[in-house]
Amino acid sequence: MKPLRTVGAAGTALVVAALILGGCDAVTPSLPDDSDVLAGPLEGLSGAQMASHLKGDAGFARVFSPAEGLGPLFVAASCESCHVADGKGHDVTTLTRFGQFRGGRFDPMREAGGPQLQHRAVAGYEAERIPREATGVTRLMAPAVTGLGFLEAVPDDVLLELADPLDADGDGVSGRPGWIELPPWVSPGPAARENNGRYIGRFGKKSAARDLVHQTANAYSQDMGLTTEFLPRDLTNPVVGMDTGDIAPDPEIQSDEFQSVVFYIRTLKEPPRRNEDDPQVQRGERIFAEALCTACHVPTLRTGPSAIESLDRVTFAPYTDLLLHDMGPELDDGYAEGGALTSEWRTAPLWGIGLAADSQGGEARYLHDGRAATLEEAILLHGGEAARSREAYNRLSAADRDALIAFLESL
Amino acid sequence: MNKRLLIALLASAIAWPAVAQTTDPIYDRPFVAGTGTTAIGGYLEGNTNYVVEDGISEGFSMELRRFNIFLYSAIGSRITFLSELEFEHGTEEIALETALIDFRISPQMALRAGILLPPLGTFNQNHDSPRWEFVDRPLVSTRIIPSTLSEVGFGLHGRVPVGGIDAGYQIYLVNGLGNGIVNNTEGRTDIPSGRDEEAFAEDNNGEPAVVGRIEARLPRWGTVGLAAYSGTYNTWRVEGDQVDDKRRVRLLTLDYAGSVGPVDLTGEAAMAWIDVPNGLSELFGDRQHGAFLDAVYPIHHGRVGAIQDATVSVAVRVEYADLNVGTFSGTGGRIGDEETAVALGLSFRPHAETVFKMNYRYHWKSDLLGNPIRLAGVQAGFATYF
Repeated sequence: MKPLRTVGAAGTALVVAALILGGCDAVTPSLPDDSDVLAGPLEGLSGAQMASHLKGDAGFARVFSPAEGLGPLFVAASCESCHVADGKGHDVTTLTRFGQFRGGRFDPMREAGGPQLQHRAVAGYEAERIPREATGVTRLMAPAVTGLGFLEAVPDDVLLELADPLDADGDGVSGRPGWIELPPWVSPGPAARENNGRYIGRFGKKSAARDLVHQTANAYSQDMGLTTEFLPRDLTNPVVGMDTGDIAPDPEIQSDEFQSVVFYIRTLKEPPRRNEDDPQVQRGERIFAEALCTACHVPTLRTGPSAIESLDRVTFAPYTDLLLHDMGPELDDGYAEGGALTSEWRTAPLWGIGLAADSQGGEARYLHDGRAATLEEAILLHGGEAARSREAYNRLSAADRDALIAFLESL
Repeated sequence: MNKRLLIALLASAIAWPAVAQTTDPIYDRPFVAGTGTTAIGGYLEGNTNYVVEDGISEGFSMELRRFNIFLYSAIGSRITFLSELEFEHGTEEIALETALIDFRISPQMALRAGILLPPLGTFNQNHDSPRWEFVDRPLVSTRIIPSTLSEVGFGLHGRVPVGGIDAGYQIYLVNGLGNGIVNNTEGRTDIPSGRDEEAFAEDNNGEPAVVGRIEARLPRWGTVGLAAYSGTYNTWRVEGDQVDDKRRVRLLTLDYAGSVGPVDLTGEAAMAWIDVPNGLSELFGDRQHGAFLDAVYPIHHGRVGAIQDATVSVAVRVEYADLNVGTFSGTGGRIGDEETAVALGLSFRPHAETVFKMNYRYHWKSDLLGNPIRLAGVQAGFATYF
């Protein structure tokens, strides 16, 4: 080998070596700013709480195989496949629910596999299809799960104070709680308000789940086909005569794993704000209020007493009232659930909406089923009680619209 | 079989003299040289890792990746035996990777039977760590081609001159990959999860898979290989009754090893087609592809201190694997689940059988939806035959 070439090559090697040896911080991916990330634990968790949180994190990320109990009918193989990085979902894991109006009542068509479609099945099993008789079909894109512990910790009384079912204040907005019947395994909790044997639901896009235990058990069952101590039967497809589940011993999710996943969700941090001090963002927030968007997307709520210090009697900013509102024919999919009518939807929390795209492959999709590709599209699809706000948006100047969008993107 | 052909084959087996040494890569190991009838050898591989994923690192860790023991024996002049017992990550995984005999029928043909390494590309048979300048194995060779894949089966291999080209062939019937391709804890189509040690005892569907490879050693150009695999992977019948459709997995690989000037090049590309149940649509891909290319440039060969014949090399690897090729039917968007990596390496070989290596690797991944994940890190390791 010629000396000159050897020297050059050795120099190259030294550069490579220097890059390798000195590069730990310089040439590795840097940690994103905390305000750009939805995932993360609450601040102030104790060491033991953090250990439980991390245990739940592993359970949340766990991908199930058929041998471990996945299915036989399912939509997704893990919690995280719908809530990627604890964020909003994607079309490929969007849930489909259906039902039928019969004699003036909504029938969730349980005998036909309803109300939720499991359009995936393990090998050797037949996935469900939407029955022809279904009159209402809705698609529900998974929401972000960050901050749900705060929403759970809001006392019923706060929601009742926000409710205005008869529109007594005449603002055209008449939110009401979603009163639901609880399965026997869901405890209403010590400060629950009861209404003819029903309790206030607050999770799910139609407020059909009371708390995170209720919501999580339903998700394990309906989304992944995994049995828990609360819902110990596998989903089956009776329409094609397949009324047998899988051979994995039930419950497929042991109690400790279930509880730690619930704890994990409960102790996720509040979605972070960005650019709060930007004058355009601040102007957008004022316009948001002036357009009466805050009648439903209530900026702040306060939690009640909680054993988790960071959730104990704190004010937070979810931009929701957790109440049901009539959104008009624009968003009426003909599907009813819990205490919600077909046109009623629980006010979606807006926190984290500015980071939606980060968990959706870079292309954000908004509204309950992802039908809106932009925030403006989403605003323009608001009807019913929100029609007045939509019209207010239409009357805004281009600059004011930009400010409003900038505010939403800061959430 | 045609009786005349059978007689001809037997006659040729008796008439041809034995050859001293095959050129098959699995015998191209230093411990074999100079043995009597039986030899023991193997290799040891260890390394340290410092990897950062999206700004978060678990810090440094050290691992003993592999300790493999070879046992080789020449039984008479025509039969050789080779086995490889692998201890991975200490004793976390212990596997019988190879246990085969070769019966040399003629200089151009040998019968091989036992637990063998199917020639699915070149890496699966050439995977011994001391041969490579990088700590990690190539993505395409581990995520799509399920190296190291051991199968129980039998078949023929050999070399024949074709014109001025030295050509090689291998073809085997093996039990094949199993249900794990879709029944796994990866939540995606994962061909490596189709490896199943139970297949060493029994095929899960009674239908052998076929795997074969042809290669040509081109003077001045290097070696080019083309391999294919096809087999039913699922248990489609139980006690004689059909319980599922037959689902096949097919792979096609193209590999190259050669030199361009002083630079040694090694690469492999693969495409896979997998029959996936309709009920797993989009989450589980039905097509995969990927490739890698290693370029190794020796910058010094000769004395290093007191060591004679040492070699110092720099190396670069570029690689790519798409584990779910296609678009989402709902959005028309591209399905993610793909990985790209670039690695730089510096290696020191005090002699040919031992290598100390340092690698820097940057790895771009995207999940199913296309959300990006970034990893980078340094690895330092050693690997040696013994």
